[in-house]
Amino acid sequence: MKIRAQFAMVFNLDKCIGCHTCSVTCKNVWTNRKGVEYAWFNNVESKPGIGYPKNWEDQDKWKGGWEKINGKLELKAGGRLKKIIQIFANPDMPQIDDYYEPFTYDYARLQNAPLSEAAPTARPVSQITGDKMDKITWGPNWEDDLAGEFAARSKDKNFSNMEKEMFKQFENTFHMYLPRICNHCINPACVASCPSGAMYKREEDGIVLADQDRCRGWRMCISGCPYKKVFFNWESSKAEKCIGCYPRIESGLPTVCSESCVGRIRYNGIILYDADRLLDAASTDNPEDLYEQHVGLFVDPYDPAIIEQAIKDGVPQSWIDAAQKSPIYKMAVEWKIAFPLHPEFRTLPMIWYVPPLSPVQSQIDQKNLPTESDGVIPKAEAMRLPVKYLANLFTAGKTEYIVTALNRLIAMRSYMRSINVEGKADLRPLDAAGITEQTAKDMYRYLAIANYEDRFVIPTSHEEIRLDDYYGFQGQNGFTFGNDSSTGVTRNSLFPERRRETVESRELPPMAKRRD
Amino acid sequence: MNFNDYLLHFLFGVYPYIVLTVFVVGCWIRYDHEQYTWKTDSTMLLSKRYMVLASNLFHVGILSIFLGHFAGLVLPHAFWIALGVSDMAHQWLAIVAGSVFGTMCLIGGAILWLRRVFNPRIRAASRYMDNAILSMLLFTLLLGMSTLPVSIGHANHDNPGVMIALSAWVQSVLTLNPQPGLLAGVEPIFRAHMFFGMTILLLFPFSRLVHALTAPFSYLTRAYQIVRTKRRVRSA
Repeated sequence: MKIRAQFAMVFNLDKCIGCHTCSVTCKNVWTNRKGVEYAWFNNVESKPGIGYPKNWEDQDKWKGGWEKINGKLELKAGGRLKKIIQIFANPDMPQIDDYYEPFTYDYARLQNAPLSEAAPTARPVSQITGDKMDKITWGPNWEDDLAGEFAARSKDKNFSNMEKEMFKQFENTFHMYLPRICNHCINPACVASCPSGAMYKREEDGIVLADQDRCRGWRMCISGCPYKKVFFNWESSKAEKCIGCYPRIESGLPTVCSESCVGRIRYNGIILYDADRLLDAASTDNPEDLYEQHVGLFVDPYDPAIIEQAIKDGVPQSWIDAAQKSPIYKMAVEWKIAFPLHPEFRTLPMIWYVPPLSPVQSQIDQKNLPTESDGVIPKAEAMRLPVKYLANLFTAGKTEYIVTALNRLIAMRSYMRSINVEGKADLRPLDAAGITEQTAKDMYRYLAIANYEDRFVIPTSHEEIRLDDYYGFQGQNGFTFGNDSSTGVTRNSLFPERRRETVESRELPPMAKRRD
Repeated sequence: MNFNDYLLHFLFGVYPYIVLTVFVVGCWIRYDHEQYTWKTDSTMLLSKRYMVLASNLFHVGILSIFLGHFAGLVLPHAFWIALGVSDMAHQWLAIVAGSVFGTMCLIGGAILWLRRVFNPRIRAASRYMDNAILSMLLFTLLLGMSTLPVSIGHANHDNPGVMIALSAWVQSVLTLNPQPGLLAGVEPIFRAHMFFGMTILLLFPFSRLVHALTAPFSYLTRAYQIVRTKRRVRSA
């Protein structure tokens, strides 16, 4: 057994209103630079829809993630030798039009235009060539709120094994938002695909990063990631991806997407897992079992044997404390209401989702939907969102898990409604859903109230363990030029390296004389 | 010493050492201090059209040509004799391999060049050096392929003299005993090709070509997953 700590998130889709505040904050902080105008480390998709980039979920097309061949886990795009042979031109590489051609508008025209009969227009300008664009035909969120005709949207891979024609009718339309960031997977395919070894997972918190110095731009990670969350910076020819806002995480702050989420749908926390078993879990034969295997990787942070092993493996005590208070552990393991996105990609993703309920009030009022015992809240199977669609998203198609989770969410609502409306606790829905009264109260606290300190349980990194003289390291990364802030990986340097740490006396100066 | 002799002496007795020095020291400094700039500068994201065909033709062609030059010019003459390859067989092998891989490289390179010049996105993303180095490579390749008829002429007369002279000159340079005089009797087209070839090496450290030096063969033997631990930092 080897215990590692992983920084993880849960997105509560039931409360996502699709406002894109997360996307915009992230963009402003991390990707407002030349070469990554088209890249959204965080984006929110309208589902059903083909998403960003187009049809990213279709791995027959993109060859992302892993698959099981002859009983062995192998990259879907092919093993090491095939990658080297294809290195001159990666055949699975997406093109910028699969995302969209980044554009801005000629705003100055609105002020510069000479006096005329018609109002001046600000034409779109390509951010690659600088040329005027005739027409914008695709964008980062082209299908927002089910825009476009059903025929295009229904190419959504999650409709597989479903009779999708009926959802064409307006009365049967359903809709949900799917915010997506890098999943900081436990078995990342991008890391495995990188020929130069520039992509890596951090041992301390499991955040997956692309080393900007070591990246050579072989672009295998771009196609290797099944979520298409590694982006190619066309200006610098380097891979760039969500960095889990690690400078914030290390200081105990939530990621900017989580911090700015107005719906309070994002939870940040630590979860402990057994790193020795990850390959077994990812290699499970039946994709439908992957979710359960994934949950099985997580270990109980209260178990004394686990705690002892974790400390032996270098997990600091404060991180074990955080793992015990982790909202992620509660939702994913204790309550089983959160699920990984597309477990069938076999990367063991670590951004999990609470499925949305989508109740339809008017249908209930007309008694068109079968309800639970309270006669008010509809049964999970009767929801507008087909359970099968959710299962295709979150459990590789197995609906039982989704139904159980939805029933628990409904039961919690039913229970709280009985207290607040009837004035008397009704425990029947809880018994039916198999949760205790305390669990229902906790779920209410975490999901409905969602206080800041409950959503974000983030231990600070322990730089003081890493640095002999942590005061001496102060002020080292300031306003500098060149590669100065990189500690690099080259061992033999041609020129003398700058000495990075100042030497300062660790003896404290004498106290000022006390004046009596 | 007349001007032509002086030029021959400079271009094939002095220039090769300028080139080699700049190549070695330039690459070293860039690798050492500018890791971030050490990259392929791929434009595949901007336009994938023709890329799979053109890039493969170009790369397979140019790498084979490089290996061919190494085998034919740097490996000692005695090595080939010991292998039982006669001079004429050697020359015909070079002519055939040069034609095949040269054509591959030329077709691929031409498509890449057209794409770089005429595709508006690629043109916008191209730096001056990207255009210059690709044009230089293609021009040198054309010069190299123009030597083929001359070589075939020599081969038809069972005369491997030029090939042996070229090989001897390369080895004289590499053994720090340059003998530019060996090239006095060689056709000018060879000398032109050699001059531009050396100039590519001179520009190598300042162009995207450096990515060739970090071809990721270690990927074949490494574990798939990479986990990095933060390095312990000791005080100075």
